[in-house]
Amino acid sequence: MKPTLQKLYAWVDERLELGDLIKFMAKKYVPVHRHSIWYYFGGVSLFLFIIQVITGILLLMYYKGSEELAFESIQFIMSKVAFGWLIRSLHSWTANLFILTTMIHMFSVFFERAYRKPREMTWLSGMLMLFLLLGFGFTGYLLPWNELAFFATKVGTEITGVVPIVGKPILQFMRGGDDVTGATLSRLFGFHVAVLPGIFTVLLGAHLLFVNRQGMSEPLHYADTPEKERKTMPFFPNFLLRDMLFWLLVLNVLAILAVFFPWELGTKADPFASAPEGIKPEWYFLFMFQTLKYIPAKVWIIDGEVLGVLTFGLAGFLWMMVPFWDRKSSRGEHNRYINYIGLFVVMYILLFTIIGWLA
Amino acid sequence: MPDISDPNVQQNKRDFLRYILFGGVTAWLAAVLYPVMAYLKPPKQAEVVVNSVKAGKVSDFANDSGSIVKFGNKPVILIRNPKGEFKAFSAVCTHLDCTVSYRKDFGMIWCACHNGKYDLNGRNVSGPPPRPLDEFRVTVQGEEVSISKIS
Repeated sequence: MKPTLQKLYAWVDERLELGDLIKFMAKKYVPVHRHSIWYYFGGVSLFLFIIQVITGILLLMYYKGSEELAFESIQFIMSKVAFGWLIRSLHSWTANLFILTTMIHMFSVFFERAYRKPREMTWLSGMLMLFLLLGFGFTGYLLPWNELAFFATKVGTEITGVVPIVGKPILQFMRGGDDVTGATLSRLFGFHVAVLPGIFTVLLGAHLLFVNRQGMSEPLHYADTPEKERKTMPFFPNFLLRDMLFWLLVLNVLAILAVFFPWELGTKADPFASAPEGIKPEWYFLFMFQTLKYIPAKVWIIDGEVLGVLTFGLAGFLWMMVPFWDRKSSRGEHNRYINYIGLFVVMYILLFTIIGWLA
Repeated sequence: MPDISDPNVQQNKRDFLRYILFGGVTAWLAAVLYPVMAYLKPPKQAEVVVNSVKAGKVSDFANDSGSIVKFGNKPVILIRNPKGEFKAFSAVCTHLDCTVSYRKDFGMIWCACHNGKYDLNGRNVSGPPPRPLDEFRVTVQGEEVSISKIS
């Protein structure tokens, strides 16, 4: 270290006692086993979050959140602002990769039973963040105010409206009225850039704090593995360097996607136009959308939509609560039903997403 | 004068203070939350009540076609069937609020969002829509086509 840096370090160290922190960092170890690769997906999600914050703030410099100007302002960003096309494309592509990596992260944690005691709170905070991400996707999708987004938002908000009792007030709250209008755009814009990021940041802070406090989860079979056969790697610098190599790879993939497959803007929303052919929600909502298509209008005395929405809601809730009903894993025993349930859910999502994609 | 060193009196005093504190906090929360909730509820805006609109001239609409007409702030679909007769329905799909269109290839009203189909009388015949489209009255006076609400 250069003397000036050393002096600066000494100055800070004198006040904050960094020594303890460094000792803590040096003691952090990451278990090495055949499923270690999954540890990287949490980190890369964090990286994508940082990209979203930066590109999101950059977009805010030119974006105008109103019915008359939203579409035009994005046209302006993409055609007039230097590198505007790149920033906007990056933001859209990163959003999609972000949801993909968090889903991989979530499923790997599920199959590894890393949610088991004592990491229930880490799992809960992660699941809440995943739900918030879907909220980010939904609210951000409307902001360009194009045809696809307009109808997707109509359908998405109308679906919440079918939930008994609370549905209607929530629908009006989200739309800022009875219909999807400029008022809806203002509200979703506010959620997208202020409310959701605020909550997300708090949850992310808690999530990272828990992970650092408890260390990485070890696989179940470690309990029977003799101490000296449990391989580990220091977090700093070995794991961190690998983490950053992966980040670099992802950044390259993003750059390729953003440059060679720029995100389309489509045509401006017109409340007096028919829904265009081939309308579809974003891929991460596709499996639910496709399921709703198959449920008949009435099942016994219940509306098809109500049944679909309540079933997905209940399934999501049970999934989030897995650390509390999977007692076996918390006791360190192998629970094969978790594999069956997890595989069923993964297959279901994959199958219905593919059908929805091809339809 | 009650004896203030009596434990019962002390307990009463504590209870009293607890009620005041609890009641005060509740009242304060209500005073904060009520305006916030009321603020979030979008105000009712006066809408111009439209009972009838002029859609255009008969010659503007080809046989076997459908067009969206603005009816106040709602879309209405005006259908001219292959025989040249006019029908009009609310263009808002009864399923999930999408705007329907006319499909010449199968001679039906169709919603792109979830593949809902209605026949040319507005009846839901296939897909998820739970009920028929609301019908509007079409009047042709000379060359002029107008649409009005059926009251």
